[in-house]
Amino acid sequence: MTARRIALVAWHVFKEHVRDRVLYAIAGFALLLVAASILLGQLTAGEDVKIIKDLGLAVIEGAGLLMTIFLGVGLVSREIDRRSIISLLAKPLPRWQFIVGKYLGLVLTIVVNVAAMTAALLVMLKYLDWRALPVERAAWDAVAADPRLLLAALMIAIELALLTAVALFFSAFSSSALLSLAFTIGIYVTGVFSLDLRRFGDIVEAPSLVSHVVAAIGWIVPAFSAFDIKAQVVHGLPVPASYLLLTSCYGVVYAAAVVVAAIVVFSRREFT
Amino acid sequence: MFPVRVFGLTKDFPQGFWRPRPHRAVDGLSFDIPEGGVFGLLGPNGAGKSTTLKLLLDLLRPTTGHAEILGRPAGDVEARQRLGFLPENPTFYDHLTAEELLEYFAGLFGYRGEDRRARASAALDRVGLGADRRRPLRQYSKGMVQRVGLAQAIVNDPALVILDEPMSGLDPIGRRDVREMILALRDEGRTVLFSSHILSDAEQLCSRVGILAKGRLVAEGTIGELTRHTGGTDVTASNVPSAFVDRVAARVRKTSRIADGRYRFELPAGERPEPFIADLAAAGAVLVSVAPVGASLEEAFMHALGTDRDGRADSPGPEGAGLPDDPRAGLQGERQDPDGASRSDRP
Repeated sequence: MTARRIALVAWHVFKEHVRDRVLYAIAGFALLLVAASILLGQLTAGEDVKIIKDLGLAVIEGAGLLMTIFLGVGLVSREIDRRSIISLLAKPLPRWQFIVGKYLGLVLTIVVNVAAMTAALLVMLKYLDWRALPVERAAWDAVAADPRLLLAALMIAIELALLTAVALFFSAFSSSALLSLAFTIGIYVTGVFSLDLRRFGDIVEAPSLVSHVVAAIGWIVPAFSAFDIKAQVVHGLPVPASYLLLTSCYGVVYAAAVVVAAIVVFSRREFT
Repeated sequence: MFPVRVFGLTKDFPQGFWRPRPHRAVDGLSFDIPEGGVFGLLGPNGAGKSTTLKLLLDLLRPTTGHAEILGRPAGDVEARQRLGFLPENPTFYDHLTAEELLEYFAGLFGYRGEDRRARASAALDRVGLGADRRRPLRQYSKGMVQRVGLAQAIVNDPALVILDEPMSGLDPIGRRDVREMILALRDEGRTVLFSSHILSDAEQLCSRVGILAKGRLVAEGTIGELTRHTGGTDVTASNVPSAFVDRVAARVRKTSRIADGRYRFELPAGERPEPFIADLAAAGAVLVSVAPVGASLEEAFMHALGTDRDGRADSPGPEGAGLPDDPRAGLQGERQDPDGASRSDRP
C-alpha cells in the first residue's frame, strides 16, 4: 500500500507537469536550440558533429535545469498556497509518502524530458552520420551517434535528480516560492564551483580561517560539476567506469539525504 | 463509542517576530461527540472552530492536550482511512477533471481498478455532478467546487465526516442540497461534525452543538438543552413609574427603556406574564403589547457568548465564558446574508 500511495502521488505530479504549458515551452525551446545547432555546425567545417554534440548536451542540461528549478521550487509550496494540501493530508497519506511521491513525480518528469531531448539529439546525429562523406567521418573524434552520449545524459539526469531534491527541500521548508527559488539557484551555483571552493586556499591568498570556511562550504554543497562529462564524451576522451559509478552513487545518496531532510522539515510543519 | 474525543486541547500561535508572544486560539477544549447524529461546532469568526478541526486532523499540533478520532490518536493513518473531510473554501487541482480528482483520492484510500472508478463515479452522482465529471475543475463554479469537496469527503464511505463551513459561499439551492446531504449522511448512521456560524443551518441539522468563543467551549448540549432557558415574553408598557422598574428588576431578564415612561420588559421562560401585567396595572402603567418570544438557538448562542439580542453585554453563559471583543462579528442568524464567508481562525 505504501508503494502504491507513493506511486499515485508521483503519477499525479507527472500528470500535472505534462499538462503544464511551461514544460512544453521549455522543451520546445530546447528542441529548437538542438535543431539550430545543425546550422551552427555548418558554419564550422569539420567541427560540425562536435559542436552539435556539445551544444545539444548543453541545451539538454540547461532545459533540465530550468524545469527542475521552476517546477521543483513550487512542488510543495504550490500545494500549500492553493490549500489543496489540506484535503490531501486529511487522507490516509503519511507526510513522508507525500514528499517521496512528489520527489519521484518530478524526477520522472525530468527523466522523460531528458530522454526525449537525448533521443532527438541522437536522431539528428544519426542523420548527419548518414549524410556525411567518409572523409568527413575520418575527421571526427568519435562516431556521430556515440552511445556514450547516453552516459552523459544519464549523468545530467542524476545531477538534475539531486537538484530536484534541493529544490524540494526548500519548497518544503519555505512558504515563499521566490525564497525557495533564490536558495535553490544559490546552492546550484555554489555547487557548480564546489571543486574550486575546496581548493580556495591554493587559488586565492586569504586568511586561513576564510580558506577553511570556504573549503568546508565546497565540501558540504552538492558537487554538481562532478556530473559534467560532456567534454570527455564530445571529444572522445575516456571516462573511467569507476568514476561514473562513484559519482552516480554520490548523487543518489546525497539526493536521498536531502529528501530525508525535506521529510523531517515537512513533518514538523503546520497548516493553518 | 465516541468517534471524536477531545481532552484539554489548547493551541497557541506565536505572534510577533522579535519577541513572539503566544496567542491562544483554542483554550483547554474538552468534549465528546457521540456516535451517529450531527454535531455542530458554532461560534463567531475567530472563535477557534477551524483551528479545532485542524487539530483533530493533525494539520495543526496542539500546545497541550490531545484528541482521539475513531478511537485512535488524531492524525493516525488508520483513523483517516474511515474519515471524510471537507475544508473551508476548498480548492483542488485545476488541471484535473472531477472524475480524475475523485479517482486520485479514492486511490489514496486503497481502492483499485474498477472499485476505484465506481466509488468516484458514485460520489459524483450523489452530489449531482455526474454529468460534469469530465470537465476540468478550472471551469467549475464555486458551488460546483464545493460539491466536489463534498464528493471527495464521502468517496471512502467514512464513519465520521468533518465539514468545515460546508455552506460557505453557496446559494440557497446549494445550501439546501448540502443540508439534505448532511441529513442523509446522518440517516445512514454516520457521525457528522461540522463547523458553522450560520445558526439557522445548525438549528435545522444538529442533534448536538458546541458553542465556541475565544477558543473556549462556552456551551454544549442538544438544541433543546441549550434553548431551554431562552424564549419567554416581551411586555411593553407606557406610563411606567421608575419605582416599579426598580421593584421588578429581579423578575425580568432585561428591561429596555424605549422613551420616557415607556419600557419593554423581557420576562424569562419560567415567568408567567399574567401576574406581571396585573402588577403593571396596579402601578398605574398602561399595557401596550404582550408578545411571546420563541426559544431559539440564536438567543442561546448570544446568551452563551454573554450578549443579549441587541448585542449588548449580558450575563455570562452557562459555563461562565468571558465576553468576546465582538461576539456578533460574523454571526449569521436567519435574517442575515447566508453567503458571507468566515475568515480563518488563525490570528
